[in-house]
Amino acid sequence: MSMLVPFGPQHPVLPEPLQLRLELDDEKVIAAMPVVGYVHRGLEKLAEQKDFIQDTFLIERVCGICSFQHSMAYSMGVEEIMNIEVPERANYLRVIWAELHRMHSHLLALGLLADAFGFENLFYTIWKVREEIMDAMEATTGARVMLGACCIGGVRKDISPEQAKFVLEKLANFEKMFKRPAEVILGDYSVKERLCGIGVIDGKTAYELGTVGPALRGSGMAKDHRMTGYAAYGKLGFEPIVENDGDCYARTKVRVRELYQSAELVKAALAALPEGELKTPFKGNPLGEAAVRVEQPRGEVLYYLRGNGTDKLDRLRIRTPTFANIAPLLRMLVGCGLPDVAVIILSIDPCISCTER
Amino acid sequence: MMTINEVLTLDNQQEKIGALLLRGYRFVTMTVVDKGEEFDIFYHFDLDYEMVTYQLVLKKGDVLPSISGICFAAVIVENEIQDLFGITVSNLAIDYEKHFLLAADAPAEPFCRVPGVGVTAVKASAVENGGDK
Amino acid sequence: MRLFSIFKDILSNLVNGPVTRNYPAEVREPFPGERGKLVIDEKSCIFCGMCAKKCPANALTVTRQPKEWKFERFRCIICGACVEACPKKCLSLVPRLAEEPKTEEK
Repeated sequence: MSMLVPFGPQHPVLPEPLQLRLELDDEKVIAAMPVVGYVHRGLEKLAEQKDFIQDTFLIERVCGICSFQHSMAYSMGVEEIMNIEVPERANYLRVIWAELHRMHSHLLALGLLADAFGFENLFYTIWKVREEIMDAMEATTGARVMLGACCIGGVRKDISPEQAKFVLEKLANFEKMFKRPAEVILGDYSVKERLCGIGVIDGKTAYELGTVGPALRGSGMAKDHRMTGYAAYGKLGFEPIVENDGDCYARTKVRVRELYQSAELVKAALAALPEGELKTPFKGNPLGEAAVRVEQPRGEVLYYLRGNGTDKLDRLRIRTPTFANIAPLLRMLVGCGLPDVAVIILSIDPCISCTER
Repeated sequence: MMTINEVLTLDNQQEKIGALLLRGYRFVTMTVVDKGEEFDIFYHFDLDYEMVTYQLVLKKGDVLPSISGICFAAVIVENEIQDLFGITVSNLAIDYEKHFLLAADAPAEPFCRVPGVGVTAVKASAVENGGDK
Repeated sequence: MRLFSIFKDILSNLVNGPVTRNYPAEVREPFPGERGKLVIDEKSCIFCGMCAKKCPANALTVTRQPKEWKFERFRCIICGACVEACPKKCLSLVPRLAEEPKTEEK
């Protein structure tokens, strides 16, 4: 006999307002059904009421974690419609902030995952490391999360040589401080007990279900949209990080390895930062449509924009990575035990407020 | 610029998308644009970072056949479309009956271009009541 | 197999004291350029309304007759779009805990 257990939206380990209706046979999950809609804000509609320059700030608030990459994707979309050439320096600066954002997002996700399997000490330790990255962002843009640094045609803020030195200092601190928690999260027996072999999804199923980001790369598929070389990624030399097991441990390992990779990317971008303009001035309004994809910490995001020649957009559609990861999540949950449900949810790093927009 | 690779009709929609998925394409998402009399429905697929977009023009009031039978990943976005645009999607693998994102008392079809519905209407009523509640 | 690998950190945390600051008593120096709050130097304002037009959050209302510059602080998202738009450069973003510039009583 099976029973139905509502999991969330308020649950001690869930940081996000997501409900899963779990069908349980004893302690085993037979099926899961997501219930979302607790934080639907209608941002896509609101973006049609504001002009397309104001939208840059609105779009940044789609997500409270990967905000810079949202505004970057949106700006890239408008630039594509209006044929605006972004200055080289702006492209490098965008990479720097995007990768800093990825680092703070991955650290946040790892901390929350540690909290989900009941390791609060590790949670605090990882979030302590995260403060270094937050400082690097605040020192360069004046804010911790809502950087407001991206604008159509380039960037609004610059990184001076002193600030670059500060960022490098913080990155060195990060590497020093993260060594211990990384060892714990990847090597400790008790952590491995909670992560290895849990929530397994094989590469082919994951791909067919439209999985994106670390969840897909943890299943052995080397798909990372940074490979297309948007912004300055093409010049920095980039290889996606892949793990093959497809379980929670593999997804965690992808995030840990990506953290170091992102630190290297920031360093490379700072070293190669060319001189020049920050922003290309432009005139007129967008007319036409564009679909742009950018790799966020959780996976690729798709922006579809349609401009009609006025200062208001006709339609703006955002497909966030968690939106694509819900279908595979339902598959991962089948067959797991009730205590592992929270760990599996946190292993895809859900961001429900971006999902519902 | 976005290229539209093919324009589908309601008759060959399942067949064409099924053939695409067999060739190894990954479902990305669907986009709906309200054009007044009809909807533009775009199906985005991806293979090796190349995006393929199929377009389907749907008259308002017509029923959209679901592709969740051949591509389960589409079930979430099709439910969202049902909510936000009021398009009835038939044969959904999981049907939330137009209450996936929206609560029972939410405005109906908020993303359609219907005067008086959506953000503008909410804003106007908020002003009447003397500010935000 | 490694057990209790966090133990070393626990010991070092015991010895090294808290990482956090004793906040209201001890305040961190803000980073230069921190976007804390919006202030206006009303003497040089020409009430052109550019800031209100650019504001993405509708936090500003400017009227020419009578000359009024209204700011709803709770709506402000501190993006700095108004600061960039201001032709007279009378708007500025200052750290959150900075003192307000004193405006003369009318």
